[in-house]
Amino acid sequence: MAMTFHLDVVTAEQALFSGTVEEVIAPGIMGDLGIMPRHSQLISKLRAGELQYRTTEGAMASLFVSGGVLEIQPHVVTVLADTGMRAEDLDEAAAREAMKQAQDALQGKDPEDLDYEAIQSELEAAKAQIEMLHRIGKLRGH
Amino acid sequence: MAGGKEILSQIKSIGNTKKITKAMEMVAASKMRRAQDRMKASRPYADKMRQVVGHLANGHLEYKHPYTQTRETVKRVGYIIMSSDRGLCGGLNVNLFKKALQSIVEWKKQDVEVDICVFGAKASAAFRRYGIVAQKTHMGDAPKVADMVGTIKVMLDAYEEGRIDRLFLVENEFVNSMTQKPQVTQLIPVVASAVDSIKHHWDYLYEPESKEVIDALMQRYIESLVYQGAVENVACEMAARMVAMKSASDNAGKMISDLKLIYNKARQAAITQEISEIVAGAAAV
Repeated sequence: MAMTFHLDVVTAEQALFSGTVEEVIAPGIMGDLGIMPRHSQLISKLRAGELQYRTTEGAMASLFVSGGVLEIQPHVVTVLADTGMRAEDLDEAAAREAMKQAQDALQGKDPEDLDYEAIQSELEAAKAQIEMLHRIGKLRGH
Repeated sequence: MAGGKEILSQIKSIGNTKKITKAMEMVAASKMRRAQDRMKASRPYADKMRQVVGHLANGHLEYKHPYTQTRETVKRVGYIIMSSDRGLCGGLNVNLFKKALQSIVEWKKQDVEVDICVFGAKASAAFRRYGIVAQKTHMGDAPKVADMVGTIKVMLDAYEEGRIDRLFLVENEFVNSMTQKPQVTQLIPVVASAVDSIKHHWDYLYEPESKEVIDALMQRYIESLVYQGAVENVACEMAARMVAMKSASDNAGKMISDLKLIYNKARQAAITQEISEIVAGAAAV
């Protein structure tokens, strides 16, 4: 039997995934992290992007996370995402709309009263969603 | 017919009150269901967060976050008190305030000053005399983290600057729709989880700097706990209101049936009297 570990993905609104996996690829803030069983303890911030995991059936599944914190203990990996979505719930039109709004906000307003960080992270989240959709789309042969 | 009309109008007015309490009961019941869903949805995050922070408190980290360090001397403590905005929910708020006061009085006995931060109009009114430093009211039935961050930050800053040495959260725990339990929990310094403590020395790898990650994590930790408290408090409020309104409706029903009995007796007495007067009159002729 292949080595496995437990993965929990939770957001402030819901629990997205909880189960046994063989491998996780997480979007760390300093680059993607590939996590195998018995990984050393690690704690990292996450950027917006795709979180992939291989379940015990061997198939790769993926989730979208918009940032948060990842904690690794040798047999448990916990992802505390700010917000997240299942891949099948992603909506390209909505993501494009969000991206457009964020770009408009960056250009339109007075830079003094602009919450630059919040808009920037929204923009990045939208971009990451579109990127992820394209990757999945290619895999499915669209 | 003595007082017949008055009794009738009283029955009608109690009937109107009963209609209102019945409606409030049903509204509270449906709001409670939604609040419970929200509470359940955010619970896994709070649980996992507590677990991770428990690991942190047990590990031997290179960077000691102020929230994980217990200060020896306590000169001033902070309280975050959750309450509802509206009344008519039985003893929910009163019980909570009693619990909070007990704990506050204990600190005062040891010559420790108290700073209070309140959520909800009821607590704001009740603790006005005790020194409120921050408050937020009217957050609605679905509180948002963004609305609460500013108020919480006042207390967190006070802790970091050393103005307060402990921070407590006072909120109602939702046991079930009939039972709500007021409780006082210590937010900071963080209490280490004793459950799965790891014996040997270890430290995390950090990406990026340890300070940056831990700071971000700790802020989210406090936010998630307070948010969980707020969501749970809404569920408690609705449950308590539902029960209070149900007993009010039941009482109104009982009063109506009692009054009806009195009214019918009075009517019967009047009829009997009239008949006996007529009979007596006929006999006299």
